[in-house]
Amino acid sequence: MIEIICSGVGGQGVLVAGTVLADIAMEEGKNVSWYPSYGFEMRGGAANCELKISDGELQSPYCLEPDILLTMSESAIDTFEDRLKPDGILLVNSSLVSEDRKYRDDIRVVGIPATELAAEIGNPRGTNLIMLGALAEASELYDVDEVRAGMNHYFDKKGRNNPKNTEAFNKGVEAARNNG
Amino acid sequence: MAKVLMKGNQALAESCLRAGCRFFSGYPITPQTDILEYLSWRMDEVGGKCVQTESELCGVNMLFGAAAAGARALTTTSGPGFSLKQEGISYLCGSDLPAVIVDVQRIGCALGDIFMGQGDYWQLTRGGGHGDYRTIVLAPCSVQESVDLAYGAFDLAEKYRHPVIIATDAALGQMMEPVELPEMKEHDMEKYDWYIRPRKEDEPQRAIWNRYWDWEDGGHKYPAYILDKYGRMEAEEQRWEEVETEDAEIVIVAYGTSARVAKSAIARARKEGIKLGMIRPITLWPFPKKAFDGLGPQVKGILDVERNILGQMKDDVILADENRHPVEFYGEYWDNTSEFKIVEIAKEMLKRY
Repeated sequence: MIEIICSGVGGQGVLVAGTVLADIAMEEGKNVSWYPSYGFEMRGGAANCELKISDGELQSPYCLEPDILLTMSESAIDTFEDRLKPDGILLVNSSLVSEDRKYRDDIRVVGIPATELAAEIGNPRGTNLIMLGALAEASELYDVDEVRAGMNHYFDKKGRNNPKNTEAFNKGVEAARNNG
Repeated sequence: MAKVLMKGNQALAESCLRAGCRFFSGYPITPQTDILEYLSWRMDEVGGKCVQTESELCGVNMLFGAAAAGARALTTTSGPGFSLKQEGISYLCGSDLPAVIVDVQRIGCALGDIFMGQGDYWQLTRGGGHGDYRTIVLAPCSVQESVDLAYGAFDLAEKYRHPVIIATDAALGQMMEPVELPEMKEHDMEKYDWYIRPRKEDEPQRAIWNRYWDWEDGGHKYPAYILDKYGRMEAEEQRWEEVETEDAEIVIVAYGTSARVAKSAIARARKEGIKLGMIRPITLWPFPKKAFDGLGPQVKGILDVERNILGQMKDDVILADENRHPVEFYGEYWDNTSEFKIVEIAKEMLKRY
């Protein structure tokens, strides 16, 4: 069983990042549940999705001990850091989080200046895919090439892929490699 | 067929279309709105009609008209909207009309809140409308089961000439899981001779009204007809899933998303050597009494787990169990149902009983 939470604020694309991972799991023939939670607002309110991935029957949709926590806002870290499994990976959008922030010492924190990187490549809407690339690089549970291919397959199926997605994804891979 | 990743609400809507549903009338309300949104474009593609009505009342009454004309008809809603549909459901029952009504449950009385809940058990199983009626209530616990139950719901409605309710919840509606969708079917709009049609010469008039008017004896045989109809539903339609009940000392009773959490609790408890099992009602009415008759002598207590405050299903558990075991209740309102708490309560119960 793998548990992943993607969390941020509405409009950042955390639900899409989680959906890509859910789609990859399905295409690999695994069982997966993607459980979202968001506020009343279209943009700006807390938004997250909880993923459970397993070869066996899926039970509770709630993630109690996530292996990976992908966060895109400070409030997301506030809400979910405690739940992360010991030795779990916390991905942080360091563009939006104070440098002085203290974290649990039994987890691995990977800081990615995703908002700045997205601005650099002129693709602010690709921030979530930068974080997704960083996740694929940072976690031993994933293979970078497979996640990249899975992401492209997902957007191709939707009929709206764009080379900019891969560019953003690769930017995240590179950043995680340098910060790992 | 390859699996697709879909939200519970959308998958359920697609399954209804594939079962031959070509008429939808309903009003948006969270957490059900995905169904209306999905059907607003998808219904056109299959040549049906999707009407966003001005209210829930209109939604259920248009459903009545479409069902009387022979369409496989659907309306969907949640909590407060389900209350508004009760009069219409009583009319569907009084007129023997098959139709499918979905309640994507949320939490609380009045406006309550839009969050995950199982707030409507009493209303689902007792009926909030007037008169002697019950409806078959199907309660899925996964996106795939939402699809499977919705696909069969129209057949079930026609088998008894009676409305069928599907009770999901906010979590099941919003959650995405991979699903396999069934084949597209077309419904025959001339299937039954009671469908309302313009009267032809030498044919009796077709009318949909209170069914007891159809009996030439002034309706005196109507009660026997009703008793027979509901008796057959109770005898033939009880459905449930059992999880490790063979050796269970504490048996959980839970449906929908609560049952999913209970399954995690069972796995957790069994690792600690605690023999936990579950009866998961798939029909909330008729309640699966037969499952309780099969429980072994090792069972020490029953734990009803629901996402509400008062334990709405507990009465049915006690009635089905016929006082053979103590029955306790664990509920949550704002917080997610906790698999840890379920295990803790089971341990406490084992000390007491």
